[in-house]
Amino acid sequence: MAPKEVRVCSFGRHIEDYWKLSVYEQTKLCEDAEEGMVGYSAARKALTTMSPDEVIEEVKRSGLRGKGGAGFNTGLKWSFMPKDDGLEHFLVVNGDESEPGTANDREIMTWSPHLLLEGIIIASYAIRANTCYIYIRGEMFKQIRCMNRAIEEAYEKGYLGKNIFGTDFSLDVYVQTGAGAYICGEETALLSSLMGERGYPRPKPPFPAQKGAFDLPTTVNNVQTIATVPAIIALGADWHLSYGTEKSPGMRMFCVSGHVQRPGHYEFPFGITLRELIYDVCGGPPGGKKVKAVIPGGSSAPMIPGDATDNDLLDTPLTYEDCVTAGTLLGSGAVIVMDEDTDIVWAAHNLIRFYAHESCGKCTPCREGTPWMRMVLERILRGEGVSEDVKLLADIAEGIETKSFCALGDAAAWAMQGALRHFSHEFEEKIRRGKGAAKVFQASYASGLMSLYQPTLEPVRTHRDPRREAEQIAHPLARRMRAWYGGDEE
Amino acid sequence: MTRWDLGHYTPRKDSAIAPEVWEKLLRLEGRYPWRRGMLVPALMEVAQHHKWVSRRQMEELAEFCEVSPTEVMGVATFYTMIYTQPVGDYNIQVCRTLSCALCGAERLIEHLKEKLGIGEFETTPDGRFTLTPVECLAACCGAPVVQINQDYYENVTPEKLDEILASLPEKRTLNPKGEAR
Repeated sequence: MAPKEVRVCSFGRHIEDYWKLSVYEQTKLCEDAEEGMVGYSAARKALTTMSPDEVIEEVKRSGLRGKGGAGFNTGLKWSFMPKDDGLEHFLVVNGDESEPGTANDREIMTWSPHLLLEGIIIASYAIRANTCYIYIRGEMFKQIRCMNRAIEEAYEKGYLGKNIFGTDFSLDVYVQTGAGAYICGEETALLSSLMGERGYPRPKPPFPAQKGAFDLPTTVNNVQTIATVPAIIALGADWHLSYGTEKSPGMRMFCVSGHVQRPGHYEFPFGITLRELIYDVCGGPPGGKKVKAVIPGGSSAPMIPGDATDNDLLDTPLTYEDCVTAGTLLGSGAVIVMDEDTDIVWAAHNLIRFYAHESCGKCTPCREGTPWMRMVLERILRGEGVSEDVKLLADIAEGIETKSFCALGDAAAWAMQGALRHFSHEFEEKIRRGKGAAKVFQASYASGLMSLYQPTLEPVRTHRDPRREAEQIAHPLARRMRAWYGGDEE
Repeated sequence: MTRWDLGHYTPRKDSAIAPEVWEKLLRLEGRYPWRRGMLVPALMEVAQHHKWVSRRQMEELAEFCEVSPTEVMGVATFYTMIYTQPVGDYNIQVCRTLSCALCGAERLIEHLKEKLGIGEFETTPDGRFTLTPVECLAACCGAPVVQINQDYYENVTPEKLDEILASLPEKRTLNPKGEAR
């Protein structure tokens, strides 16, 4: 039997015209909401009956963890904001959703823009911010229009602007558009982009709470995190704690994509197992196939094997702690399912190509390491791999992990390591079969934009080639170099 | 909705940026404590209206945001959605990251290459279509996804793609708000 959904962030999706303010105001906040708990009542409650510190305390007690990927306690993050420092504070809502597999924020912004705005009012009040930027990725023109329309409606009705609900709290909300860069989902890179710079991450400390957007105290929260806040304020921290597990309380949206019969967004309490989600909710892979590998938290999470392999990890509950035990991460809750016919080397190449394309170029391990991994994988796929390549990939991944500036490098390394940990036999098999295995791979497709700038990796020469060496020695430049450095010629 | 008063910019008389774009850009003033904050949205607006951003337009944006033109160029070349050379009327962006690739994005790209007779990142001779394979468009549940200018198309098959391309108007049209459709 399929487990029951708990709709909080995805509640509005099932109600007609929920994106209109007039409908949002009349509809209850989520499925568990009692009589009278309608749209904007949670913001009214927070602003008129609670102090900012009480709001932070309530969110902290609810155990709400950031849903963008890192899973940091939201209330705790808010409490880092300085108090009574006389400076302008900012709330930045991170809607730069680009993690492969993730499409949750997009749904929230389309179907429930006012839920997000209500969360923004509460969060801004708690961190004493009078300005909020919603950073939406540039490709999402529809969502940008939806949010702009909702903001206009809210201003007209007095939910935004000066003296909200008759209090002395004022708030301005602006939509900021990105322009196509995965790295801008990282909070310091997002702030750089907001300030009109290249989207480079910055070192932490100083943390954004000390020195963020425009060098002023800033909190960056994910769209889904903010959209959960109104329900917590309306129904209380205990309601939120009654779902999920001790260390991962509450619920989150899972976005299931890839080889499943019913891909889509489903909101469940933490603790639902991958098997329930893939088979009971989404109907399993089409054609009665089995699952070979699953990525449980967006491409940055290492893949884990499914029931088509000997080491079936599908019974892993989707919580932060259990995913770590299984050697992966819950990340952004984006479940990518690969069926038994998937070529793991091809899949790994696809992911690494993504990271090589999106690496911002600020730090060396990531900038150099990700294209290098991509080139080695391309070589294997062309059927020109050598037996050292598996070890080489592991070495490069290790050289990037924790040594890069931000989490993008780590994510690329983890994606590679996950594939190698469970499926290294596939890499070895492919290398062993050489050219015979290369049929499925289209070389023209593999070389994306990066190949314009980077030479393709030559196959490693494992034995000395006298003809090539003679060519090198005879090269005029080599002769001149030898002369310059005191060689025997000229 | 103006928060910060940092002065007002008057566009040049012979501006390379269309007046309707300037109208939108000037509305950005006062949103940020630094003028520089306007740069990324401003570049996006120009890129959306004019399809790409020329050097001259970058110089004007540098004046507008009070930064040096090199900075504007640095920012413009960082982001994938800001094209620094002309693209076709319809920029067909096919997502090729894992979820879409699992559901047949490669087939779409091959189909388009064959149909349009162009390679990746190339424009048809009549300037109508550009084929751009892109990384994740964040609509993975509807994989494979194709974005044509501003519109997303989900669960696309080669046949469906043919229908979509046939239904596009002759010339790229702008809606009343001046957004490219």
